Amino acid sequence: MSNESPVSLPRLKLAVWKFASCDGCQLSLLDCEEALLGLAARIDIAHFPEATSRSAPGPYDVSLVEGSITTERDQKRIQRIREQSRLLVAIGACATSGGVQALKNFFPQGDFVRVVYPKPEEIDTLSTSTPIAQHVKVDYELRGCPVGKHQLLALLASIAAGLNPRQSTGSVCQDCKRAGYPCVMVSASEPCLGPATQTGCGAICPRFGRGCYGCFGPMDSSRPLAMAQTLQDLGLSARQRHDLFQSFNAASAPFRLAVQSDDA
Amino acid sequence: MLPAQEFDLLLGTLAKAGYELVGPTLRHGVIGLGVIERAEDLPKGVADEHAPGNYRVRSDGSPGWFGYVVGQESWKRYLFPPEQTLFRAERDEHVVRFAGETPETRRRALLGVRGCDVAAIAKQARVFDAYDPGSSAYGAALAQTFVVAIDCSHPAATCFCTSMGSGPAADEGFDLALTEIASDTEHYFVLRTGSASGRRIAEKLTLEPATRLHREAASAVSGRAVELIERGLDKQAAKRLHADHPEHPRWETIGDRCLSCGNCTMVCPTCFCSRREDTITIDGTSAEQRLVWDSCFNRDFSLAGGIVRESIASRYRQWMTHKLSTWHEQFGESGCVGCGRCITWCPAGIDITQELAAMAGDRGAPP
Ligand code: SF4
Ligand code: SF4
Ligand code: SF4
Ligand code: SF4
Repeated sequence: MSNESPVSLPRLKLAVWKFASCDGCQLSLLDCEEALLGLAARIDIAHFPEATSRSAPGPYDVSLVEGSITTERDQKRIQRIREQSRLLVAIGACATSGGVQALKNFFPQGDFVRVVYPKPEEIDTLSTSTPIAQHVKVDYELRGCPVGKHQLLALLASIAAGLNPRQSTGSVCQDCKRAGYPCVMVSASEPCLGPATQTGCGAICPRFGRGCYGCFGPMDSSRPLAMAQTLQDLGLSARQRHDLFQSFNAASAPFRLAVQSDDA
Repeated sequence: MLPAQEFDLLLGTLAKAGYELVGPTLRHGVIGLGVIERAEDLPKGVADEHAPGNYRVRSDGSPGWFGYVVGQESWKRYLFPPEQTLFRAERDEHVVRFAGETPETRRRALLGVRGCDVAAIAKQARVFDAYDPGSSAYGAALAQTFVVAIDCSHPAATCFCTSMGSGPAADEGFDLALTEIASDTEHYFVLRTGSASGRRIAEKLTLEPATRLHREAASAVSGRAVELIERGLDKQAAKRLHADHPEHPRWETIGDRCLSCGNCTMVCPTCFCSRREDTITIDGTSAEQRLVWDSCFNRDFSLAGGIVRESIASRYRQWMTHKLSTWHEQFGESGCVGCGRCITWCPAGIDITQELAAMAGDRGAPP
């Protein structure tokens, strides 16, 4: 145990795992600069390919999992990671809802592969991109594309202190209002997914006069049909509404429902 | 009587008395609240349009400086901040030190507080005092606050202060109150004082006394404003809502439209719920607890006894009946002042007055 770290707190053995994703969320963790120094005093990084090639075997206290499940091999790999981890945290839109690659879930197998890859027959992939929680038990989820580094640090700090991490609930609107940003939807008829989206980003988009595009995914009380109706009342066509819902969290149940309600 | 060209005299006198001035400012097409130094900083010659879920400000070149009503923000952010630190704890080897944060007690003058908001400040003061008699942080902040009310001249389509007895002119709860008389030929303010500190400031202004003509012009402004208010709410039906209609099918209809976003609770000048949030630094050496505005529309809001208001209909019912009915049982009055913010700023355009009328079967004024 290092001398700097307070005596009564145990060190955490941390692993970071990557599935289908862009690495943006892991970069958020690397981007925590000086906080990482404090992190080093409290946490042993046992597996983090983005940062180091050294890898220690499990079991691990905490596994951070980035990315979605898109291959059979990954389906098996996530099971092994779960068995080795006391706590498993899914980080980012890919891990929590399947990510933008989950758009393929809505189309026949192969459509996307044929468009994207020169030799589609060599691509071994499932027909869906699914969130981690659909495969194993997930203890905590961090939303966003990418995740907010403050949220990530706050979560690790709580776990390291033996506290029960508080997951933010409620809509982006509440952060927007607490900050006092003018509502772009009411004052400028700008489409905004804030009322349906999990808070945590601090309402960054409305702060810059733009509508929220839902990168944190649906909040736990998300009202997809009411949200779709509100956007329709704003004058958005079905196509425009679908484009809004079908981005980073397209495969989440509420956002899917918002789109299906039109097709019905 | 304060001629418009001497308005800065009032601002200067307040600043000299040690008050930071906060008033209406135009920001990104919304009339918000911000620090004001001169009359120049006010949104001049503009009018606002309010409808359920819709808001616009347009410049109409009108001669007045206060020809609009309340915007998205209410004054509660200055008396009951959206986020505040309650205490910090520092750990150093084996010792943990706690440091309470003294809430900010800046002397502040709120400039241009409408009748509905004057009433809302008094209601919140009674709420916080009920929980913490004589020593609430809200009470401490209010004691440092100077309230300059302004009578409304151009009520919005969402205003219903007349039903709630809170406007369009304030009759108590301010230090100074102004009526603006503005036309192409004249522009002045008629003052009323409402407290000893208000009188002290007024004395320093050495104003010309208002003539009978001035006073008649002022009461004509308020009289016209009363007539312009189209919206109403039956206060008696409102008080009985909780008892009369706990299972009305209308709750489900609202529940289908409601986004559960909580905007109504954030903009409402009387909503007072908050939650405590703990944060800790990664090295485990320092922690703090913050108080943050909360909303009864959040799923984890009513955890007492494990009961969660799962349906959105029940969350809206909790909100509306608390405002209109059960607030009477708790605090002996209504929790709504008729400012209309929850109507304008609801993205789904849900209208509390219309919902009540639909349930009470009566849109009219109280008998
Ligand atoms: S701008 Fe968007 S996030 Fe902010 S209050 Fe309006 S609808 Fe909600
Ligand atoms: S509700 Fe009444 S007091 Fe409030 S802004 Fe409207 S007219 Fe003015
Ligand atoms: S309930 Fe609505 S109208 Fe009444 S005080 Fe609150 S925001 Fe204003
Ligand atoms: S009533 Fe309107 S503002 Fe309030 S939670 Fe429902 S949709 Fe949001």
